[in-house]
Amino acid sequence: MDWQAARVSILLAALTALVLLPVGILLARWLAWSRWRGKPLAEALLMLPLLLPPTVIGFYFLLVLGTNSTLGNWLSQSMGLRLVFSFEGLLLASALINLPFMVQPIQRAFASLPDNLREAAWVSGLSSWQTFWKIELPLAWPGMLAGIALTVAHTLGEFGVVLMVGGSIAGETRTLSVAIYDRVQAFDLGGAHQMALALVLFSLLALALVFAAGRTGSPGKGVPR
Amino acid sequence: MRPSASGASELTEVIVHLQPSVYAMKSRPVLLSGVVQPSRRTTLQALVLGAGWLTSPILRAAPTRSVRVAAASDLKFALARLLANFQRATSILVEVNFGASGNLARQIRQGLPIDLFMSADEAWVEQLVVAGLSRRLPNGTHDRGALYAQGRIALFLPKNSAIQPDEQLAGLRASWRLVEKFAIANPEHAPYGRAAREALQRLGLWEMVRPKLVLGENIAQTTQFVATGAAQAGITALSLALAPEVAQFGKHGVLPAELHAPLRQRMVLLGQASPQAQRLYDYLLSPDARELLHFYGFDN
Repeated sequence: MDWQAARVSILLAALTALVLLPVGILLARWLAWSRWRGKPLAEALLMLPLLLPPTVIGFYFLLVLGTNSTLGNWLSQSMGLRLVFSFEGLLLASALINLPFMVQPIQRAFASLPDNLREAAWVSGLSSWQTFWKIELPLAWPGMLAGIALTVAHTLGEFGVVLMVGGSIAGETRTLSVAIYDRVQAFDLGGAHQMALALVLFSLLALALVFAAGRTGSPGKGVPR
Repeated sequence: MRPSASGASELTEVIVHLQPSVYAMKSRPVLLSGVVQPSRRTTLQALVLGAGWLTSPILRAAPTRSVRVAAASDLKFALARLLANFQRATSILVEVNFGASGNLARQIRQGLPIDLFMSADEAWVEQLVVAGLSRRLPNGTHDRGALYAQGRIALFLPKNSAIQPDEQLAGLRASWRLVEKFAIANPEHAPYGRAAREALQRLGLWEMVRPKLVLGENIAQTTQFVATGAAQAGITALSLALAPEVAQFGKHGVLPAELHAPLRQRMVLLGQASPQAQRLYDYLLSPDARELLHFYGFDN
């Protein structure tokens, strides 16, 4: 059981979800209520990582941010930041790929809130920020939970991009999925089995807990009709 | 803004809609409810401990950096043994990335942070030297590395295969109808794949084999294909076929070195190599290391 790889995987999943939550909330809110004519294009762009194979994303990532590219070179000269074969680069790639997983459920949650609810809140004297914080967010919470769950689950399972952009560096970019691949190639099938099983169980447990917690908070219960 | 008469009903609606969220808040996680209940405290403690475990490598003072090696997949078991000896003698930690030499060279060109590159041939090392990525020597030129071994290929078959391995692959030719898939490493990235193709061409078997070819991403994966029976035969690195971990799954027959351009395996220290990396480099060229490499089928 490669604990170092487990740590990298969990850290990557947790940080991706953490980074994407505020971004996801803002984007989702805008997408849910905006009437901008370019909205279909924005939504299509957002959905793109879902359709593209990870190798495409990995390839463009290497091309645009690799040490040989203009942008990558500038970043490493001016800020000492390397975005390929490093944990930071992996986090960025992971965030880009998981954006649709975070935004979609939250967008649906926001869109399901009736318009007159917000209007009633404004009428009652709540500012936009107070409306957002005290009314919109709590009611969209199940959507956020689902977004977090999907992001964490998807990041734990990410393989293609990690392999292309990560470089399998122990303790930094060798995630559990890559470690399993390594073990299989080293003919250590027992070790691979251990980690694969652990991953399956952990993912099941995490998802089950999150969905159970999400259900207790769903609005609409106990509302007199 | 003062609510008007009609605003009163909307106000009621707001209160009504607020109610469920208030009820829900009681079972909300810590983040949204203002009161931390006793059972929540243990959750909080668990979260803090978990966060501590996750981030401890970052918070700990940075230890001396270990030596990072990128090595061709044929060295998978031989290098593991060599590094065990090295670490026992010097207490220097070494981390290895295995892969096809071509792939590793490409990653190094794209910025993979490693100290030592052990290729399965010379061409990939040459490429890095020309690109100016190898270590700078005192006289100003770039280190061109050193030959550490010469590789050999072997026909690899699953343990219970009816095919008999032999030097000219006559047994393979005779029992060819038993083979659905024949595995070699991808000749574009893996020197052992290139050597396999050359050998098959020299023996006049390339056209026969081509329709049933399966390409492994590196020589270790190729060997996996045969060991699991996914491919009924293949050409692998002798160093892998001789390793006990692999030998239990199959049988092999060494192929003559004349069948392919020699697999002159070269290694080179890269730009950011540390003194510890230099010590590893020297150890790999020592008589002890050569003896172990010989045990794994490498010629010197």
